[in-house]
Amino acid sequence: MTRHRGRGIASVNYPIGMNLGGDPSQALVHSNPSGKFTVALSSIDLGQGMKSVTRQICAETLGVPVEDVYVDTADSDTGPHCMGSFASRGTHRVGNAVMAAAREARGVMMEAAAEELEVNAADLDTDGRGNIHVKGAPHRSISTKDVAIAAQFKQGKTISGRGIFLVPLSDVDPETGEMSPATCYAHACLVAEVEVDDETGEVDMVRMDSAYELGRALNPRLVEQQLVGGAWMGVSHALYETPEPYYPEPVHGPRDFVEYLMPGPGDICPHDIAVLERPAPDGPFGAKGPGEMCANPVLPAVANAIFNAVGVRIDDLPITPEKVLRAIKAQGGARPQPRR
Amino acid sequence: MAKTALQFQHNGRDVAIFVDGGTNLLVALRELIGDMTPKFGCGQGGCGTCSVLIDGELHLSCLTLAETVAGRSVETLDGIKEGPNLHPLQRAFADNFAAQCGYCTPGMLMAAKALLNRNPQPSRAEVVEAISGNICRCTGYEPIINAVLAAASGGRARA
Ligand code: FES
Ligand code: FES
Repeated sequence: MTRHRGRGIASVNYPIGMNLGGDPSQALVHSNPSGKFTVALSSIDLGQGMKSVTRQICAETLGVPVEDVYVDTADSDTGPHCMGSFASRGTHRVGNAVMAAAREARGVMMEAAAEELEVNAADLDTDGRGNIHVKGAPHRSISTKDVAIAAQFKQGKTISGRGIFLVPLSDVDPETGEMSPATCYAHACLVAEVEVDDETGEVDMVRMDSAYELGRALNPRLVEQQLVGGAWMGVSHALYETPEPYYPEPVHGPRDFVEYLMPGPGDICPHDIAVLERPAPDGPFGAKGPGEMCANPVLPAVANAIFNAVGVRIDDLPITPEKVLRAIKAQGGARPQPRR
Repeated sequence: MAKTALQFQHNGRDVAIFVDGGTNLLVALRELIGDMTPKFGCGQGGCGTCSVLIDGELHLSCLTLAETVAGRSVETLDGIKEGPNLHPLQRAFADNFAAQCGYCTPGMLMAAKALLNRNPQPSRAEVVEAISGNICRCTGYEPIINAVLAAASGGRARA
C-alpha cells in the first residue's frame, strides 16, 4: 500500500446574484422616537451575517453609530420584498437596497435637524456618534435622538426611507446571442493538497491555500468565517455528501447521519486564506460578497489533486473511496503525475 | 399508557413531571419542562446537538430514556451562564465567531464543557476528539476548536 500526495488547483469567476438582470430586493428604514433606526427586510440571515452587514451599511450611510441601528428580518408576509438569501446576492443586492433607503432617511433626518438648528440642511453633517452639527461649527449641534423627537412630536415628519436595488435587464442580441449576464463578478483561486491511499481509495485532505477576491470586505471577520466554513462544505461535497451514494434509486439513499456522510472536526486540514479587496463599482461600499463561492473552487481543486496523486480522473461527485479504487484498478495501478 | 412520575434536578432546580413510557429526555426537556436549549437534530445519535450533562457526564438526550434520570442531575445549555454573565465558553464562542446558524452550538458548548470539566488544559487533538460526535454545517469546525482552546487558556488571547 502506498499513500500518494497530489496537488490540484482551481479558479473561479463568480457572478454575484441571479444572471440576466432583474433580481430585486427592497429595504425600508425608519427612525423610532428614541433616535434609533430600524431596517425592515424580508431577507433572511442564515448565519452568514447579513444582519450585521446590513446594519453596518445602514449606520454608515445614515452617519449614526452602529448600535443605533436594528435590523428586523421578520417576515416575508409583512416585510418589503426580497428575492431571497441565495446566489451570493445578500450583501450586494440587499446591501444596495439598504443603502438607498438609508440615504433617503438621512435626507429627511437632515431636513428635520436643519429646522431645529435653523440652518440650511446642506450645511449640516453627522459625526457618526449620534450628533448632527453645522459644518465647521461642531458646537452648533443636535443629537439624532432630539431630531427624532422633534420630527415625531413637533414637525410631524417621518424620518424614513425606501430603497430598492434592481439590476437592469440584459437584452440578448438576437443575431449573436450576446448579452451581459451579470454586472459584478467575484474571483477565487484555491490549491488543494491531498493524500490518496491506493489500497483503500481513501482521500485525506492535507492542506488548502486560497485567495478570494470579493470586493470590499465590509466585515472582515464575517468574511473569514464564511470562507473557512464554506471551504469545509466544499470538501464535504467533493468527498463525502450525496443524497444517493451508490444507487440511482432514492430508496437506497441515506436516511441518517450514519449514512449521509459529512467530515467531522478530525477531517479538516489547515487552510490559509488571503482576501483580496477590489471594490465593485456597483456594490455597497464596494462589496461583492463571499457566498457560494466559498465552496466552489474546492471541488475541482480536490478532483485535480486526486488526478495529480494517482492519475485517475473522477468526474462524478462525491469522490468516494470506491470510485477512486475502481478507477485505479481499471488503469492497472496508481500513476502519480508530475508534481507541480 | 400509564404515565410515570419523574423527579430530577434540572440545572440545579428540582423538577417533577409525568412522562409516558419510552419518552426520551430530549422531549421531556423541551416539551414538558420547556427548556428549548437542547436541539433536535436527528433523534438518533448522529449529530450531537441534543447533548446534555447527566451527573456531569456528556449524554445524547435523544437516546436517553427520560425515566433513567430519576434522582439525577441534568445540566443543559440553559444552566451554564453564570448569573447575568455568559459562561467563558460562550464568550469564547462569540469572540471566535464559532457560531453561524447556531443550531449545533448548544451541543458543541456542552461537549466542550464536559471536556474542560475533566481536562482544563486540553490539547488541540483532545478538543477535536471531544467534539467529534457533533456535526456542524456552517463553521468548518476550525473556529469552534479555537474557541474551546481560548476558553481553556483562561480567556488569554491566542494567536
Ligand atoms: S438529536 Fe440527538 S444526536 Fe442528533
Ligand atoms: S453553526 Fe450552523 S451547524 Fe454549527
